[in-house]
Amino acid sequence: MEQERNIIDMTGISKTFNGVKALDNVHLSLKKGSIHALMGENGAGKSTLIRVLTGAYPFESGRILVDGQDVVNTSPEMAQKNGISTVYQEVNLCPNLSVAENLFIGREPRKWGMIDWKTMNRNADKILEDLDIHLDVTIPLESYSVAIQQMVAIARAVGFQSKVLILDEPTSSLDEEEVQKLFGLMRQVQAKGVGIIFVTHFLEQVYEVCDTISVLRNGTMVGTYPVEELPRMQLIAKMMGKDLDDLEEIRSDVSFQIEKSGTPLLEAKQVSRLPVVKPYSLELHKKEVVGVAGLLGSGRSELVRLLYGADMADKESQIRFQGQEVKLKHPYDAMKCGLAFCPENRKAEGIFPDLTVRENLNIAFQTRQGIFKLIPKKDQERFTDEYISILHIKTQDRETLIRNLSGGNQQKVIIGRWLLTHPELLILDEPTRGIDVGTKVEIQKLIVKLAQEGMGVFFISSEIDEMVRTCSRMIIMRDGQKVGELTQREELNQEAVMKAIAGGEGEC
Amino acid sequence: MRKKKKERNVNTLFLMITVFLFVLLYIVGMVKFGNRGFAKLQVFLNLFNNNAALILIAIGETMVIITGGIDISVGTTLGWTCMIVAYSIEFKGMPVWQAFLLALVTGLVFGIVKGYCVAYLRIQPFIVTLAGQFFAAGAAAMIYQQMVSVTDELFVKLANWKWTFPFFGTTNKRGIVTYPSISGSALIALAAVVIFYLIMKYSKFGRNLYAVGGNETSAMLMGLNVRRTKFMAYVITSVLAAIGGIAFVLNTSGASLGQGEGREMNAITAAVLGGTLMTGGVGNVFGTLVGTMVIALIESLISFQGTLSSWWGKIVIASLMCVFIVLQSLLSAKSQKKKGDTSHV
Amino acid sequence: MLRKMTSHKLFMPVFCLAMVLLVNVIMTPTFFQITIREGVFYGYMIDILNRGSELILITIGMTLVGASCGGVDISVGSVAAFSGALCCICLGDGAAYRMPLVAAFVLSLLLAALCGLFNGFLVAKLQIQPMVATLILYTAARGGAQLLTNGGVYTIKVPKFKSLAGAIPGIPLQIPIAIAFITFLIVFVILERTALKMSIEAVGMNRKAAKLVGIKTERIIFGCFVITAILAGIAGVISCARIGAADATNNNASIEMDAILAFALGGNLMSGGKFSLTGSLIGAITIQTLTTSLYALNVSAAQLPLYKALIVIVIVAIQSPGVQEMIARLKKKKEAERQVMAE
Repeated sequence: MEQERNIIDMTGISKTFNGVKALDNVHLSLKKGSIHALMGENGAGKSTLIRVLTGAYPFESGRILVDGQDVVNTSPEMAQKNGISTVYQEVNLCPNLSVAENLFIGREPRKWGMIDWKTMNRNADKILEDLDIHLDVTIPLESYSVAIQQMVAIARAVGFQSKVLILDEPTSSLDEEEVQKLFGLMRQVQAKGVGIIFVTHFLEQVYEVCDTISVLRNGTMVGTYPVEELPRMQLIAKMMGKDLDDLEEIRSDVSFQIEKSGTPLLEAKQVSRLPVVKPYSLELHKKEVVGVAGLLGSGRSELVRLLYGADMADKESQIRFQGQEVKLKHPYDAMKCGLAFCPENRKAEGIFPDLTVRENLNIAFQTRQGIFKLIPKKDQERFTDEYISILHIKTQDRETLIRNLSGGNQQKVIIGRWLLTHPELLILDEPTRGIDVGTKVEIQKLIVKLAQEGMGVFFISSEIDEMVRTCSRMIIMRDGQKVGELTQREELNQEAVMKAIAGGEGEC
Repeated sequence: MRKKKKERNVNTLFLMITVFLFVLLYIVGMVKFGNRGFAKLQVFLNLFNNNAALILIAIGETMVIITGGIDISVGTTLGWTCMIVAYSIEFKGMPVWQAFLLALVTGLVFGIVKGYCVAYLRIQPFIVTLAGQFFAAGAAAMIYQQMVSVTDELFVKLANWKWTFPFFGTTNKRGIVTYPSISGSALIALAAVVIFYLIMKYSKFGRNLYAVGGNETSAMLMGLNVRRTKFMAYVITSVLAAIGGIAFVLNTSGASLGQGEGREMNAITAAVLGGTLMTGGVGNVFGTLVGTMVIALIESLISFQGTLSSWWGKIVIASLMCVFIVLQSLLSAKSQKKKGDTSHV
Repeated sequence: MLRKMTSHKLFMPVFCLAMVLLVNVIMTPTFFQITIREGVFYGYMIDILNRGSELILITIGMTLVGASCGGVDISVGSVAAFSGALCCICLGDGAAYRMPLVAAFVLSLLLAALCGLFNGFLVAKLQIQPMVATLILYTAARGGAQLLTNGGVYTIKVPKFKSLAGAIPGIPLQIPIAIAFITFLIVFVILERTALKMSIEAVGMNRKAAKLVGIKTERIIFGCFVITAILAGIAGVISCARIGAADATNNNASIEMDAILAFALGGNLMSGGKFSLTGSLIGAITIQTLTTSLYALNVSAAQLPLYKALIVIVIVAIQSPGVQEMIARLKKKKEAERQVMAE
């Protein structure tokens, strides 16, 4: 009856945020000595599930068994005591302390009550040697690259006799060689019988090290599969999902009359910001909706940020707008040209929580007009009312603080903020993230309408079907580079896009 | 892993500059005032004798800055405890030891309040200690507003006690040999440097200070008690300021209103000169000692010069701090750039 | 109705002022009496406003700095002393002014602006914490003032200089009061009639988002520091005119504490963002009234900081995340209890 033991069994986990189900009856089992990939697009619930497991979030229903024992973790420290260690994308160690200290802090070896540095350094050396990592353990952690720091974090977890190691996107900022080193380490840890949960966006990495894949979508577990049984295409299909068929209608009435002749609206040549965005050239015409597809970390957001001047592009980059060469040193320059940009992270970069809906809506137009030329309050109110009705923003009145609105309505205010500036080119980075389905549809319809009225649009979304439905052309990115382009509307379908995203990986 | 050894030195870079500065200033002193006795060992020892209090508060300041905070109340706390000791001995007839104890308890309680506000109520340290600075200044004035000179016999004995070296004597014109000496308060201050060096290097609490300053979230995730660590840092700093007050009283044999004011600036500068990063996480008390010596030397040079206003000292010290802070900021900006700016992700 | 009143953002500041005034009226029934003596308004309230002019000016600046970067400028008092000293030095201690008054004013305000540029550079460009950055001038500017006046009090012998702090010729109002209130009005109107207020609030609330909507965030912060320093400079000159001399040690000493206090009392958040200039004004008047009342209670100037420190700590403690969480937890508990009761 000897069965392969599960170290972790999560059953029926549910978690709600402000009435929105973030996790709905999720099951997850992790076997001893397995490297288990947890996949899903933005907002699928991966990080929520990890946080529930590590005790960072409480959950409403369900059970967590560690080694067959019921466990309730109320904090990450407690999870660690229960044998669950987590290594995050941004390394959660103290960069100013030495490598050895980072390995041992909280349980330093001591002699007569004093920290025994000699033993600590020796033990640290031993732990690292065991894992085939060769470092000078006495120097500050920050002297090493992020990859090495990740490894130290893993070594710390191993040193803590963890049974479960959670790696939350550890490879996002590593180069190929570093990734390989990390994989080597993961295999060693695996050999010690530790179960690893590996969260990543990079498909090829999953197929390289993992033996099992679980896919989450919209807070539900799509399924758990052995790696051999889930080819790349199917994995992407499972991640992106093919529901929302009722939305197909948007597509049928879409027709684009793109004026390909004449100067393009935007012409970018060799735009780069190394190492995240490699030299890149593209064009965009009026009435065009260009989708930028790619997985998270592919450079899609970073690219559009360069086009808006939100990040400084490298010196060699050239951007022409309506035939005019422009140097974007500050978003203001881009705004003056007629660009508009809805950032990906609404809370951190979009809203001004303590300003009213009216102020949030008018602020970009106001800045464009000049801070000293106040738009008369009457006009502000008129604009606000106008956009509240055009975008169907649900708010008590225009003087409500934006923090009191729901996410979808906040997003609409931000889109309204940019429409008010009457941009020639609108950049939307994940405008549909974290909002309800109804609003998602509205935003997609709006994008199409705006393009038909003559605007150029860049549209980024983690949900490919949204882009397929609304875009006239799609660019596919991977590793900060363009890897494909689908120019004919006829060839735009989910399958083609997924193939392009997954493509090439098969060969390497 | 190739040139990693080199990078480590960036942290001690500031200390090296400071040591260089000290040597340079000392040489300047030798050349300009050598004929007026600047070269004497006693002049060097007086740097310690006259600045025992500064050394003590600078140790505390180093600790709070390492946790990523700041304490600008140490100066007036020193003045306050000075006044407590002087007043209670001179006018209340309190035994010397009791007066010392009273000062220490005051420092302790004051530190507990400040630490609670910073660590548990999470108010910005600057605001808390700014209020603390004013509170202590006002509290000193509540006690007494004139000069107090302490005449108690035991106190005078303690104040005058010094350890005279049995060697390195110098003979003056009349042939009388005087040996260099170091005061009791200076010895206490130096002992404190050694003790706190050991605490910060070899005790769990000491290492927690660094961890908290390095990355508070990480420290919390690694299971350290971040709040208690911060709390303790402020309490200890306050107690050290009280000890500093005692040392100050012993040095000047009296107290007057407003004498502690502005000393927090010297303490912060001493820490920064000694290689403590304002952003927290890096620094040690030996560095701070060197930083204190630079400040002491500057003040000593100005007094040797004789005609310069003592305010030149303040300006020079503020400029030094400015240069170091700007350097720190530029250096951290550079290292951030090197690691790739991913702030928006 | 009552609820609406108490939830108004200016309720607390007005309430505090009313309390302080009430206590004063009870103690001195003639508190609100204003008479004209020797062609000048005279009375307790006038005295408070007159002595509080410097504080009002500096609080206006402190409010802008606090709102735009969530920090405070503690160098204001020293900058005031520095530019006041320069003004006096420029005028000279001879029987006649060394240079025209206007030139001296302009020079001293230029010096103040330079100090502001320095602070702004450290904060906006080098991203040093505002309080650490301004700590430098906190010491150095007063040191500079001491150097200019040779450590002592530099007296101006032209008697007319003192009249600058007296009444406006022909109008029975003191010049400092007029300057303070005209400055307040100018700043207030500029903030209201332009989008500057919204922009400053936006920068203080979410600097990244502000940049993305095209606001030059660095310029805003820079501007706030420069304006603050210039206002401090004006305050410094007023203080000099009041005593007819430059007193480097006592000119606006520890006024930064009062200004921070006024800022917080005005209902503004220490973390920046939304602010009310009117609230700050009321806060400043409250603090000045408090100071005057404490003096009346025989509290000496040296002891005063103790009381102010206590009030500051109470106000910021109420705003602090720790206490806010405690209150939220208590509310939740009560709610839960109520629910249990209902069931």
